[in-house]
Amino acid sequence: MSDTTHEEHHDGPHASGMWRWLTTTNHKDIGTLYLVFSLIMFLIGGTMALIIRTELFQPGLQLVDPHFFNQMTTMHALVMIFGALMPAFVGLANWQIPLMVGAPDMALPRMNNWSFWILPPAFLLLLSTLFMPGGAPAGGWTLYPPLILQTGDAFPFVVFSLHMLGASSILGAINIIVTITNMRAPGMSFMKMPLFVWTWLITAYLLIGAMPVLAGAITMLLTDRYFDTSFFLAAGGGDPVMFQHIFWFFGHPEVYILILPAFGIISQVIPTFARKPLFGYTSMVIATSAIAFLSYVVWAHHMFTVGMPQAGLLFFMISTMFIAVPTGVKIFNWLATLWRGSISFETPMLFAIAFVVLFTIGGFSGLMLALVPADIEYHDTYFVVAHFHYVLVPGAIFGVIAGVYYWLPKWTGHMYNETLGKWHFWLSTIFVNVLFFPQHFLGLASMPRRIPDYAVQFTEFNMISTIGAFGFGLSQLLFVWMLIKCVKGGEKATEKVWDEPQGLEWTVPSPAPYHTFETAPKV
Amino acid sequence: MADSKAEYYIPHGSPWPIVASVSMFVMALGGAMWLNNSDAGRAVLLLGLVGLTFMMFGWLGTVIKENIAGLYSGRVDRSFRQGMAWFIFSEVMFFVGFFGALFYARVLAVPWLGGDGIGEATNSLLWSGFETEWPTNGPGDIGGDAQGGFKPMGWGGLPLLNTALLLTSSVTITIAHHALKNNNRRLLNIGTLLTVLLGGLFLYFQAVEYVHAYQDLDLRLSTGIYGSTFFMLTGFHGAHVTLGAIMLTVTWLRILKGHFTPNEHFGFQAVSWYWHFVDVVWVCLFIFVYVL
Repeated sequence: MSDTTHEEHHDGPHASGMWRWLTTTNHKDIGTLYLVFSLIMFLIGGTMALIIRTELFQPGLQLVDPHFFNQMTTMHALVMIFGALMPAFVGLANWQIPLMVGAPDMALPRMNNWSFWILPPAFLLLLSTLFMPGGAPAGGWTLYPPLILQTGDAFPFVVFSLHMLGASSILGAINIIVTITNMRAPGMSFMKMPLFVWTWLITAYLLIGAMPVLAGAITMLLTDRYFDTSFFLAAGGGDPVMFQHIFWFFGHPEVYILILPAFGIISQVIPTFARKPLFGYTSMVIATSAIAFLSYVVWAHHMFTVGMPQAGLLFFMISTMFIAVPTGVKIFNWLATLWRGSISFETPMLFAIAFVVLFTIGGFSGLMLALVPADIEYHDTYFVVAHFHYVLVPGAIFGVIAGVYYWLPKWTGHMYNETLGKWHFWLSTIFVNVLFFPQHFLGLASMPRRIPDYAVQFTEFNMISTIGAFGFGLSQLLFVWMLIKCVKGGEKATEKVWDEPQGLEWTVPSPAPYHTFETAPKV
Repeated sequence: MADSKAEYYIPHGSPWPIVASVSMFVMALGGAMWLNNSDAGRAVLLLGLVGLTFMMFGWLGTVIKENIAGLYSGRVDRSFRQGMAWFIFSEVMFFVGFFGALFYARVLAVPWLGGDGIGEATNSLLWSGFETEWPTNGPGDIGGDAQGGFKPMGWGGLPLLNTALLLTSSVTITIAHHALKNNNRRLLNIGTLLTVLLGGLFLYFQAVEYVHAYQDLDLRLSTGIYGSTFFMLTGFHGAHVTLGAIMLTVTWLRILKGHFTPNEHFGFQAVSWYWHFVDVVWVCLFIFVYVL
């Protein structure tokens, strides 16, 4: 044995420089890669959002032409969903899941490297389409035919890059499931697992179930365009609406892929700073599973206006409203955890509390959109934009930020600057509301989404929204600066970092050594 | 025993994933260039494919060497098994998308075009005279011969023969698996070889069937929704059979080299699971694409 396993006793990285990062199989290295990549994509996607908001500052066309505006809305969504949010959650999973279940690493370390390194080339393909004849895709991230089939040379690049992103997600999800089911330390039973691990387990199931369906849908788009198939062509017996069904069969689980890990992070952060165990652990697990199950049977609520039979409308309306039940269970559990807690307001806790409040606003507007008769009015207006940005920005992104502040001292060994953290929180929270809250009013007044120009009566709210966008965007530069400072130095973090945090990750030194739990801990 | 190895083997650095990613990138680039009518497209695509093949040999070769060196505990083996099972589940979901398209077209889209339910106005205003039928190339008679006609693929003859071939191959791979567990190397060898041959024969007959469809039935990929679903479903299945047959061939060569033991044979098992998956997909295809 000894001569074959000598490799296992290195303490640090196996190689140095770029080669280390290209070939690493270490979950902490790969987690860092994912998080840095996600941050870069967040800034690129954010820049696109600012271009959109600048154009919308006042009516008329001033900054960009309409075709480029449409490219921006499409690419902003693709970059944020597949480049910023999903990799951020996978990065957190990579860093934390092995530490939280007491595993030496991810179950399939080489595949782990592969699933990360598919991302940069895939985004190279996707972002290169901005410079191609005909420009980047401009038909919306939902890629509806026949419009999307009019994309220029970019079309196959978009399809293949999405294939690659899907492959990356599937490989990552397989790795996470296998790590959780097979790598837990002795005594770490399923019902003892931290909630972040639980929510990721369920998210990974959603990924493996949904991503291949997206791959199928975009393959049909590709063959319809280049090989004369008739999937989405009525003259051939197909149906463009069929694409919407297949796409949203992927798309709806996808939105839960973007929020369930955030639920997990919030469920870690709130108990730590309320100094109480999570209220209703079991019901949290059941609620998360119920949300995941329901996410597969609600997809057509994105398409209430396409002309579905009455029975279909009713079914998808009712199943959608059911989701409010398990989601409500989660919200009340977080509130009950806070109840009579000994609460302190460090930056991660501030973001977590803002998450609970603002995500709930997004949830309520979601309920409004679930009602068929009301949705026919709201469909494709800024109300929809306001709704999903409330669940994705102060929802999913605040979840990621809370997680980063919470675990950053464990990763870097330094405390971040608490004063600046609080500044970052207040600036983000105020500006995110300035940015998105007026969009509700715009939507209720019927301003359409994905349009670069608008009627003059929408001007004031659009101006407010754009000011909020720049405020929010610039406050994130503060975050980036703090991250760099925290990596470089700062007050030394203790092993526990916080007062009495629960979980195995707080039993290893800060910064966490390159290899942890090579011998499984007893739980 | 394997489980006595307490530690979980973690490889320290590997060049193969990055080779895989670069190859994928080159393939995607080549494919997209090809579809944009660039002359270099095919060559770039091929280059990516060569890179991917090189990666497969390197990556899987390393895994096999590590396994022979005894680095893998029972727990590592379990990770591989679970990983393969979930990979096959993702493949199932890929086919679910295409079956979904088939069912949607047959149960909803085509009847609506024919004037059923919510399609009444669509039919009378846009496609008056079109009646619901299956198989169909749509109200516009897309593809097919000069008059827009085509003949559907029957289920007797080659498809039935192919069903028998694949079902038999599922039996032979199971016989080989049992032989492996009983350490009967000769039967293992024969069973695996037979499975490869049956898979190869299946692919040959499928090629004959495609030629028949294109030349005699005027049934092509472009023949409306029937042609689209028929060729995309059977085509992707055929691609998976090809992949499975290649994996089986490698497995057979490994058997000849004396690999796999009655207790440790993840590689063999993974391929046999994959083969059964391909088989089940075919049975669904046979029922829903050919018979019904």
